[in-house]
Amino acid sequence: MPAAQSKASELETLSVEAADIRVTESAWQRVRKNWSVRIGGAALALLLLIAVSAPWLGTVDPTLFDAASRDLVPGQRGEITTLDGEIIKHKFWFGSDSYGRDIYSRVMYGARVSLTVAVLAALLSLAFGIVCGLSAGYLRWLDGILMRFMDGLMAIPAILIAIALVAMWRGSLTTVIIAIAIPEIPRVTRLVRSLVLSIREEPYVEAAVALGTPTWKIMFGHILPNTIAPLVVQGTYICAAAILVEAILSFLGVGLPPDIPTWGNIMAEGRPQFNQYPHNIFIPGVFLAITVLAVNILGDGLRDTLDPKMAKRV
Amino acid sequence: MLNFIARRILATVPVLAIVAVLVFLLLRLTPGDPAAILAGDAASADQIARIRISLGLDQPIIVQFGIWIGHLVTGDLGESFYYKIQVADLIAQRLEPTLSLATLTILFSVLVSVPLGVIAAWRFGGWFDRALMGFSVMGFSIPVFVLAYILIWIVSLKLGWLPVQGYKRIADGFWPYLQHLILPSITLSVIFIALIARVTRASVLESLGEDYIRTARAKGLRESQVLIRHALANAAVPIVTVIGIGIALLIGGVVVTESVYAIPGLGRLTVDAVLARDFPTIQGVILFFSLVYVGVNLLVDLSYVFLDPRIRY
Repeated sequence: MPAAQSKASELETLSVEAADIRVTESAWQRVRKNWSVRIGGAALALLLLIAVSAPWLGTVDPTLFDAASRDLVPGQRGEITTLDGEIIKHKFWFGSDSYGRDIYSRVMYGARVSLTVAVLAALLSLAFGIVCGLSAGYLRWLDGILMRFMDGLMAIPAILIAIALVAMWRGSLTTVIIAIAIPEIPRVTRLVRSLVLSIREEPYVEAAVALGTPTWKIMFGHILPNTIAPLVVQGTYICAAAILVEAILSFLGVGLPPDIPTWGNIMAEGRPQFNQYPHNIFIPGVFLAITVLAVNILGDGLRDTLDPKMAKRV
Repeated sequence: MLNFIARRILATVPVLAIVAVLVFLLLRLTPGDPAAILAGDAASADQIARIRISLGLDQPIIVQFGIWIGHLVTGDLGESFYYKIQVADLIAQRLEPTLSLATLTILFSVLVSVPLGVIAAWRFGGWFDRALMGFSVMGFSIPVFVLAYILIWIVSLKLGWLPVQGYKRIADGFWPYLQHLILPSITLSVIFIALIARVTRASVLESLGEDYIRTARAKGLRESQVLIRHALANAAVPIVTVIGIGIALLIGGVVVTESVYAIPGLGRLTVDAVLARDFPTIQGVILFFSLVYVGVNLLVDLSYVFLDPRIRY
């Protein structure tokens, strides 16, 4: 066999294999290989671990007032008297606040609030946004009125809606989550609607219509699965926004009650003493910034791998 | 052209109407008697009764809405029970600091971010581009109030260059006025710079791939002229659009920034009103901010005609 020919056939098998690999490489594999996803995901996994295992990380009760250990600087040792009167030796890694609460414990427990709010607010706004977006995109008679409503909702800045709703209902975990989720619904709705408008023209949807498939089954069984990738990306960004808005609400004193350890609450309590004890604000602030950064990096990685069209847009 | 402007203005009417309905419903969804809520915790039975009659709270909800809208279009936003003055006057009083802060922030952000975005697009994939993209992810992630405290700590407390907080009216002299606004504006600018630089980069990058750029280069124009007169000018529409959308972000940022820096503007008023459960003020501020947002985006839409001569209505 002439050398050139064998070379050519080798190339051919090579290229066929290469093509095969590309075809069989699933979205999940592409996602796993992406460095943004790996870094953001690892940071978030660590935070999740902190949130879940907060009681076992050398923490004390994050709501415990201890008059004897007020305003300690980071790293100082002291003793804490528990509610049972028991005295424990404790190192205040991050110092203590003006009520003598251990900031390290409050920050560790605070991760729970931030992550819970992020995930639940994202799921809630996605759920409502999906239903509204599918309806607006597929049921034409509903489109005009629903989208005008969403335009109106979008015209009110998100933080104002959240602040006003929490002010009305008074802060609790449920009300804060709902108040954060509501302003995100129009954005999800718009995204889903625009996806539906292009997907509904696909041959497989026409085929389903021709076969007499019920409308709800077309919407949820044929159209919805094809919107998943952009929605995962959008959901990640909502998580980042939700963490920020929750912290802002707490910080302004209109969010969760001050005794609940959230990063925003810790910072709010540190405000009057910022001059002397800046760490009360900086330590939870760093945790907050890193968490949001990790979510955003993860989101960028997911966008690049799952939703290349969107990656090109910005 | 006039026809287009008229149509575009008319198109904002339904949006504003829905905003009005939502703000109206906000109070009705609150558990309790709206008249008692509007009158505040310290109100007498007589005051509550007066509010109930003036708002028609004994009538069907549609009629109530009608009365409310009637007050609204005449500029009557009700009376703040916390400050004991008309909400419209209250907003007018608090307008100067917020307007100053917002204007300075937008000016500063645009002046910084547009050149950054153009350079990043010009040197696409280089170290500058990657640094800017990295900065923009950080800019989106760092909370406004954390950034505010970092700046206060370094610039005001450690270096002593600028006042820690507070506000001076422009009538009290221009330099003290500006001094009190520098840090808040920088704080608020960071997220804006991240946003505008990103969009500038993307849209300049797109127009750099067009044929007319090759033509411009082929006829021997200087690179700066190619970038500014040809690439940037053609990328203006998305940049202006994102500034319009960013106003919502700016309003959210104003609420936080004014609280940290103790600036007596509309953002601070919003938080104080919420803490005092001063509902007439909350409603008024939300309506006002939404009106500003819709108005700015209307102007953005109208500006397309001037920015892009190809757009004809």
